[in-house]
Amino acid sequence: MSGKRQFRIWRGDESGGDLQDYMVEVNEGEVVLDVIHRLQATDAPDLACRWNCKAGKCGSCSMEINGKPRLGCMTRMSTFGDDETVTVTPLRTFPVIRDLVTDVSFNYEKARETPAFAPPADVAPGDYRMQQVDVERSQEFRKCIECFLCQTVCHVIRDHEENKQAFSGPRYFIRAAELDMHPLDARTDRKEYAQAEQGLGFCNITKCCTEVCPEHIKITDNGIIPMKERVVDRRYDPLVWLGSKIFRRGETPQTSVTTARQGSATPGSARGGLHSHAGGSHDSRAEAQAQSGVNWHREVPHPTAPAVDDRGKLPLTELTFDRAAAPSPFGDDVTFPLPPEHLNFAHPEQDNKH
Amino acid sequence: MTTTTRIERHHYDVVVIGAGGAGLRAAIEARLAGKKTAIISKSLFGKAHTVMAEGGAAAAMGNVNSRDNWQVHFRDTMRGGKFLNNFRMAELHAKESPQRIWELETYGALFDRTKDGKISQRNFGGHEYPRLAHVGDRTGLELIRTLQQKIVSLQQEDQREFGSYDARIRVFSETTITELLLDGDRVAGAFGYYRESGEFILFEAPAVVLATGGVGRSYKVTSNSWEYTGDGHALALRAGATLINMEFLQFHPTGMVWPPSVKGILVTESVRGDGGVLKNSEGKRFMFDYVPDVFRKQYAETEEEADRWYTDPDNNRRPPELLPRDEVARAINSEVKAGRGSPAGGVFLDIASRRSADEIRRRLPSMYHQFKELADVDITAEPMEVGPTCHYVMGGVEVDPDSGAAFGHVRGLFAAGEVSGGMHGSNRLGGNSLSDLLVFGKRAGGHAASYADGLTARPKVAVHEVEAAVETALAPLQRDTGENPYTLQQDLQAVMGDLVGIIRREGELADALVRLAELRERVAKVSAAGGRRYNPGWHLALDLRNMLVVSECTAKAALERQESRGGHTREDYPAMEPKWRQVNLVCALDGDTVQLTRKPLPKMRPELIGLFDRAELAKYLTDEELADFDALVADAGEADNR
Ligand SMILES: Cc1cc2nc3c(=O)[nH]c(=O)nc-3n(C[C@H](O)[C@H](O)[C@H](O)COP(=O)(O)OP(=O)(O)OC[C@H]3O[C@@H](n4cnc5c(N)ncnc54)[C@H](O)[C@@H]3O)c2cc1C
Ligand code: SF4
Ligand code: SF4
Ligand code: FES
Repeated sequence: MSGKRQFRIWRGDESGGDLQDYMVEVNEGEVVLDVIHRLQATDAPDLACRWNCKAGKCGSCSMEINGKPRLGCMTRMSTFGDDETVTVTPLRTFPVIRDLVTDVSFNYEKARETPAFAPPADVAPGDYRMQQVDVERSQEFRKCIECFLCQTVCHVIRDHEENKQAFSGPRYFIRAAELDMHPLDARTDRKEYAQAEQGLGFCNITKCCTEVCPEHIKITDNGIIPMKERVVDRRYDPLVWLGSKIFRRGETPQTSVTTARQGSATPGSARGGLHSHAGGSHDSRAEAQAQSGVNWHREVPHPTAPAVDDRGKLPLTELTFDRAAAPSPFGDDVTFPLPPEHLNFAHPEQDNKH
Repeated sequence: MTTTTRIERHHYDVVVIGAGGAGLRAAIEARLAGKKTAIISKSLFGKAHTVMAEGGAAAAMGNVNSRDNWQVHFRDTMRGGKFLNNFRMAELHAKESPQRIWELETYGALFDRTKDGKISQRNFGGHEYPRLAHVGDRTGLELIRTLQQKIVSLQQEDQREFGSYDARIRVFSETTITELLLDGDRVAGAFGYYRESGEFILFEAPAVVLATGGVGRSYKVTSNSWEYTGDGHALALRAGATLINMEFLQFHPTGMVWPPSVKGILVTESVRGDGGVLKNSEGKRFMFDYVPDVFRKQYAETEEEADRWYTDPDNNRRPPELLPRDEVARAINSEVKAGRGSPAGGVFLDIASRRSADEIRRRLPSMYHQFKELADVDITAEPMEVGPTCHYVMGGVEVDPDSGAAFGHVRGLFAAGEVSGGMHGSNRLGGNSLSDLLVFGKRAGGHAASYADGLTARPKVAVHEVEAAVETALAPLQRDTGENPYTLQQDLQAVMGDLVGIIRREGELADALVRLAELRERVAKVSAAGGRRYNPGWHLALDLRNMLVVSECTAKAALERQESRGGHTREDYPAMEPKWRQVNLVCALDGDTVQLTRKPLPKMRPELIGLFDRAELAKYLTDEELADFDALVADAGEADNR
C-alpha cells in the first residue's frame, strides 16, 4: 500500500493563500495527520497545523478534508482511492491564522457566555447522589472534545459572518442541554436561555452537525430538539405519543396541567425506559414546581427519528423533499396553536383561587 | 534588539504555566485566594495532556468497597513506588484525594454512579480495592472540562463584579514560556511567545507555578503529545531548582503496536481491570509466570482464582494482569524477546473472549472507537496487539511536600502535577496521577498565593535578561546553516529509545551520554525555516534544548543507580537493592552541565511505617532500618502494656 500520493494543501494566512501540490510518501495504516507530519519533517517544516493526542481525544486537529470537516488523526488514508488526490483546507467558518490553523476564539467566547453549572445550595460536597440513568443523558454531551467541527459545518454561521453575534452554535446548544438535563443543576431557565440568548431559533435542524461529530453525539436528536421543545409538550413523535396514550389509558395524562405529582416519591425511582426531563430527580424545587401545577418533570420519550431519506440524510432543499418547505422540527403531527392542555402553564394567581 | 522587538507586558500575582489538571486546579485556588492569576498553555484551552487520561482518578472514597480508606491507599502507593516515594506526599495524596474528587462534583462533573447513586469506582493495577472514580474511559476529559468550566464560572463572577471576564483570571492559550526571569534568587517573571503571531510576551509576577507535564517526546514510541518536551523540568533547572528521580520513566505495558503510525498510543489499563487478559502467540496467559516475590501474596496463582476475583474480590486474589505497570511491561518485553510475540511485535490483549460485545462497548467506548477507527480492529471480536510505550515520568522538580515550593536556590517557584517529583517514587500507580494533579495543584496554587501575599516588595525583571531571552528565542530563525529541528528530534529519540529505554546497561548509558553531548552541539546550531507566525519548525527548535537537558538528567541518573527498581531496569543490576532505596538522585544545573548528587530520603514517621507488615518491609528495607522498625514496634508494645 505504500507509495507516493498526491496532496493539495491550502497554504497562506489572513491576507490570502492557495492550494499547493505535494507528492508524499504514504505507508500502510497511516492517517492524514501522519502525512502532514511527514511533510513537516521533509518538504514543509513551517506548515502550520494543530494536533495533540493523535487518537481523537483532544479535538485539536480539525481540518476540512476533501471539503468535509474531519479530524486529521482519525481519517485513515485507506478511505481514499489509490490515485485520489487528497485536498486539505482549514476550517471555513473561522478566520485563518496560517495554513491549517484557524482562529477559533469565537467558540471560547460563546463558552464564556453560557451560564455555568449552578451547584445546589444545600448539598455538601460528597453528598451528591445521582442515578446512572439520570446522568447518562448529560454524559453523552460531556463526551464533546471541542473539535468545533459541528460549529464549522453549521450553515447558520458557515457563510454568514453576520449571524455569529447572535448564534452560539451546536456545541453550546448541547452545553445548555447538558446542564438542563443535569440532575442537580440549580438553574431552571436553560431552555429559555438557549432560545433567547444563544440563537437556538436560527437552527432549522438540518442535522449537519450530528453528521460530522467525531464523538457521534446525537447533537440534534438528543440535544437541540429537546431544547426546542420549551413550553410546548413532547408530541412531536406520533408513535411514542400514541403508544403512551394507549399504555396510560385510564390514567391521568402525565402532561396535563392538573397532574401535580403531589406526595409522589422522587421521580427518579419510578422511571421506566423514559428519561426525566429538566430539573432533577433529587431536586426539591422540582417538587415545588410540581405543586404549583408546572410539571417540568413530565416524562418525555426519546426524541423522534428525523424524516431522513434512504441515504440517511435529511432532505435539505425543497427540490428533493416531498413538501414545500423544510420539515417541522416538531414533527408533522403537531399543529399550532397547541391545545391548551398540552401546555405547561401556571397562572400566577392559581393558588389564591382555591 | 529590544528597541526593534515589540514585547507585550503583563502584571500578575501568580502565573501558572500549564493548563492541564494541575495547572487549572492551581489557578482556581490562587484566584479563590483573591490573586490576579494568569494561566499559560502551549495549546488551546482544554486540550492539555490531561484530556487523554482514560482510566480514572484514584481516591479512597470507599464507595464500592467500604474497607477502603486512606491508609490502604497510602500503602498501595508506597508499594507501587517501591518505597522510594516521598512518604509525606503519598500521605497527603491518599488523605486529600476524596475531597478533591467530591469538589469536582460541585463544579459540575458527572462521574459514573454506583447503584446507590454515589461515584462509582473501578479496579486498577496495584490498587487493592476498586478505587478509580471514572467516566467510561474518558475520565481525563471530564476532569479538564470540569476545571475549564469552573474557571469560566469564576470569570463570569468577575464579569458581574468588575465588568470584565479577564479581571482576575485570564487564560493565555497557544503561548509558550521559554524562560523564567529572576531577581537574585527570587522569581520575577516569565518570558515567552504567542504561537499564533510569534510576538513576545513578558509576565511580571512574584510567584510562578510550573504545571507543564512530562517529557515523553524524547522517545519515539510514546503515548505523549508534542507538548511533552520537558519544558517545566528545564525551566526549573535553569532557574536554580533541582530535579529528583529522573531515572524513573514509566513504560506503560499496553500501547498500540499496529499500525506503525499510531505505535505508542495508549490502550487503557481498564481493559485489564474490566477482565481483559494478556496472551502470547501460543495462547498462554503468561502473566502467571511473572509474579515477583514481593507481590506473591496478593496475586492469584491459577486462572480459576484470578477469574473468580472479578466477582468475589474479598475471597480471591487478583489476576496478575493487574500487577503494577513496570512488572507487566517487563513481562511483555521478555515474551517478545523469547519469540512468543504477536506479528507486529507485541502480545495479545484479549477481552473479546471474556466479556459480551455489549458490555465491552459500554465500559470501554473510546477503546472500541480507537481500535475501530485507527486499526480497523473490532475489539469485541478479536484481540488487540499491544506493547510497552513511554508514558509518564516519575521524576521531576524536587518540591516541599506540603507547599509544592521548589527546592534548590530559588524562591517563588512552585511545581505540581507530572512536572513535580517524589510523589510516585520509582513507579506510579495508574489513576494516581489525576488525583495527584488535584491535590498538589490546589496546594501549589494556595501556597503560591500566600507567598505572593507575604512579599513586601515585588521582584523586578532586569532588562538585560529579557534581551537575552529574545535573542535566544530568535536565534534559530536567524541561522540558515544549521540542521532541521525534525532531524535532530529524531536523532535524540533514537538515542533515548535505543540506549536509555526500558532495559538499560552500563555501556549503553555511557554511550548515550557521549551522543547526547554531540547532539547538544548540533542543537545549539539548529536553524528553522520560515517566519515567526505559527511556525512549528521554530517551536520545535526552541523545545529541543529542553528535551536535551532533561534527557541528560535521565541518562546520568540511570547510569548512577546500580539497581533495578520500578521504572528503572538495569540488566547488569537486576535486583532491587535496599541500600539504594535510601537514596534520591538529585540533578542541578551548573552553568550548562548537569550535576548529579545523592541525597538521603526523608524517614517515614512511625505511625506511617507502622501501617506495614514487617514481612513486607523486609523486602525493601536495610537491616539497620529493620532494627529501627523492631525497636519502634517494641516501644509501642510497651506503651500499650503500660
Ligand atoms: C494516554 C494517557 C492516559 C493516561 N491515563 C491516566 C489515567 O487513567 N489516570 C491517571 O491518573 N493518569 C493518567 N495519565 C497520566 C496523566 O494524564 C498525566 O500525568 C497528567 O494529565 C499530567 O497533568 P499535568 O496537569 O501535570 O500536565 P498536562 O495536562 O500535561 O498539562 C501540561 C500543560 O503545560 C503546558 N505547557 C507545557 N510546556 C509549556 C511551556 N513551555 N509554556 C507554556 N505552557 C506549557 C501545556 O500546554 C499543557 O497545558 C495518562 C497519560 C496519558 C498520556
Ligand atoms: S442542526 Fe441546527 S445547529 Fe446543527 S448544523 Fe443544522 S442548523 Fe446548525
Ligand atoms: S459536539 Fe461533536 S462535533 Fe461538536 S465540538 Fe463536540 S465533539 Fe466536536
Ligand atoms: S490530535 Fe487530538 S483529536 Fe486529532
